[in-house]
Amino acid sequence: MTQNNDAKEEVQLVIFRLGNEEYAFDILMVQEIKRMTDITRVPHTPDYIKGVINLRGSVLPVLDLKIRMNLPETPITEDTRIIIIKMEKVLVGMLVDSVSEVVTLNFSNIELPQGNSGIVAENYVSGIGKIDQRLLIILDPRFIVDLV
Amino acid sequence: MDVSQYLVLFLEEAREHLQSLNQCLLELENDPTDLSVLDEIFRSAHTIKGMSATMGYTDIAELTHNMENILDLLRKDQLKANHVIIDILFQCVDTLERLVEDVANNENSETDVKGLIQQLSALTQEPNAETTIVTKEQEKQIPEQEEKIPEQAQPPLISAFNETNLTDTEVTMITSAQKQGISTFEIQVILREDCLLKSARAYMVMNIAEELGDVIKTVPGTEDLENGNFDQQFQIILLTSANQEKVREEILSISEIEMVSVLPCVISGNLIGGNATEPDAVQNNAVAISNQEELTAPETKVDMAPVRVNTATHEKRLKGGQSVRVDIDKLDSLLNLVGELVINKTRLEQIGISHRLADLSETIEQIDRVTTDLQSVVMKVRMVPVGQVFNRFPRMVRDLSHELGKEINLIIQGEETELDRTVIDEIGDPLVHLLRNAVDHGIERIEDRQAAGKGPVGEIRLIARHEGNNVVILVEDDGKGINAVSLKEKALQKGFVTRADADKMDEKELLNLLFLPGFSTAATVTDISGRGVGMDAVKTKIESLGGAVEIETKVGSGSKFKIRLPLTLAIIQALLVQVSQEIYAIPLSSIDSTIHLRPEDIKTVQNQEVILLRGQIIPIVRLSTVLNIPADRKEQSDLFIVIVHSGQQRAGIIVDDLIGQQEIVIKSLGNLLKGIKVIAGATILGNGQVALILDVSSLMK
Repeated sequence: MTQNNDAKEEVQLVIFRLGNEEYAFDILMVQEIKRMTDITRVPHTPDYIKGVINLRGSVLPVLDLKIRMNLPETPITEDTRIIIIKMEKVLVGMLVDSVSEVVTLNFSNIELPQGNSGIVAENYVSGIGKIDQRLLIILDPRFIVDLV
Repeated sequence: MDVSQYLVLFLEEAREHLQSLNQCLLELENDPTDLSVLDEIFRSAHTIKGMSATMGYTDIAELTHNMENILDLLRKDQLKANHVIIDILFQCVDTLERLVEDVANNENSETDVKGLIQQLSALTQEPNAETTIVTKEQEKQIPEQEEKIPEQAQPPLISAFNETNLTDTEVTMITSAQKQGISTFEIQVILREDCLLKSARAYMVMNIAEELGDVIKTVPGTEDLENGNFDQQFQIILLTSANQEKVREEILSISEIEMVSVLPCVISGNLIGGNATEPDAVQNNAVAISNQEELTAPETKVDMAPVRVNTATHEKRLKGGQSVRVDIDKLDSLLNLVGELVINKTRLEQIGISHRLADLSETIEQIDRVTTDLQSVVMKVRMVPVGQVFNRFPRMVRDLSHELGKEINLIIQGEETELDRTVIDEIGDPLVHLLRNAVDHGIERIEDRQAAGKGPVGEIRLIARHEGNNVVILVEDDGKGINAVSLKEKALQKGFVTRADADKMDEKELLNLLFLPGFSTAATVTDISGRGVGMDAVKTKIESLGGAVEIETKVGSGSKFKIRLPLTLAIIQALLVQVSQEIYAIPLSSIDSTIHLRPEDIKTVQNQEVILLRGQIIPIVRLSTVLNIPADRKEQSDLFIVIVHSGQQRAGIIVDDLIGQQEIVIKSLGNLLKGIKVIAGATILGNGQVALILDVSSLMK
């Protein structure tokens, strides 16, 4: 495949870690990244909803991505972050173990998920990105939040 | 010319005028001789016509134009305002409302105006069908789209002239002459009794007239004039650019003339016969606008605009005081920002206290004063008088009572009472329902009322007033009241309640059966506004606004529905409580009291935990259980119980600690978490932490 640097064929990704694996979100949907803060528990919600936080006066729900993706839980560290995702009318925070960097990836370096790639979480994955020797699991927040 | 930028303004003003039309028509119905009301109606219709023609809405313009014709005849007392006419006018207003809403929704109106226009023209046919010339003193006013009319001369010494009938050609000649600035006079000449050669004199008059201008008609005809076949007088219609006096002088200079009367003549037929041409003129203007022809469009705009501005300012003067139209979104965002300010001010307060910074605390106190004032002003800005919702009710009650053949007087009090904007939007539907019930089921038919010794006219009162931190709205009627016993029977019939339970209920509880879903109206389902049938919808809506509704009734005397609503929604007083490590807020309006008890004081009745308080049995709610709160303490020796109420019921909420009373800003939980029953919202505490606000009524279920 030809290396094409046309702007429309690239995407910028925010890379974060869950456990031992690297994941990514399309940067267009990421509003900001917050340090860990007090999360108020909300009763009668699914277990992957950790609660709500105060974001400059607005009350936002926060999801624990590991629980949502059925990954084993790990303790909260100094590197734990909340990625604030903005989708049309909904603002949601996603709890992740750490956030590393922002990369630009060409579409040619992204593989669409096939049935046999053996990934744990089904339709949350919108693609697998390859950069150097690393594999990035690119997630679609809309499926995670159950909006679609 | 692009008129879309004026669309919002057009809609707002059109709706205002239509509202005014409704109100004035009601007044006119009560007193058909009230001229000032007629003027008001005419003004509103005229303004709407102008606006809609400018915007290119020909249907609306046509309909209002035809309404104007009727109104004008009413004004001149050539038509009497009877039931038929007023009903048609009401229909016109309804149709106009529909047309305006079609414009708002950008829909092609399928509303047919032709039928109404025909009815309107039929009404106008009675006075004079033909085109006639009527002299100036018989005409009082002409609508401004008429041609310019020459000055009025002194009234004639001789009484009524003969009215002559003009042919179309003659009308055309006169009108085109007038367009060119040439006057038309009707000259009546009376010859002296002893005049011998009448025909000669007539001939001389004609000569002079021909020198002055063009004679287009004589009565009697020319032949008869030449033969002297007339009594002592004849008339001439003369087109001339000379003025009135000159004409008179010239003719008077002929001898043997007793008297000459020269009067400007005006074609009255334009008012009626012109119907056919006027809408076309309006159409043409509208079409011209949409075709963006420079020639006619500016002219029309110029004509219409001054009229519109004048009536607009006139009406604004009537309303008194100055006001500004503000976009609701701007108000809401202002409120949000003030809320944020309050929160951050509280945080600064905490910092000042915990770090013991006296200077900071002092400054914060100042800020506190300012923010409190700011807050109260913004709150007031969001407040809207209830009258806005009430003003469509008189019409509705009138229509409904006519439909049902009852006589009802609707009395409205306290329409200046103010409510938060969001509440105003929501309270309309429940009130409509209650009013319809009062008209439909409450007030009896005239015969029944008289049989019961009451006056024939039923009375419904709609009252709004402030009571403490609440607004109370009453819907009262002096009808037949609600029979609790028949309610009970109906509930049993429909299986809503068992015989055993029903027998235990007191009157209040029986009345509350009315609010059960499915209990709604009688055997037949009538046309309700479609948003939710039944008293249960009313109750649910009112409770969702944080309010409550009660019934008081007496069989034979009437019923009273009392709605209580909180003044403001966004900022409330709350009690902060703690359970384990979690903090929750309970709205103060739901709280009766707080008490201190020992665990032993909690009894069990039929597997339900209860306590005995002042002789009453009150069920207990353990927050830790209901909210799945992870426990972090052992069983305490003391318990705090918050006694709350929802409607008529009470419950006690067990908490670990009472933190204190605080004013909090209600924040929404967002779309994702909307469905959770026991949580009404969230608030941000002084330390930045989020606390959840409890929904008392669902806690108690």
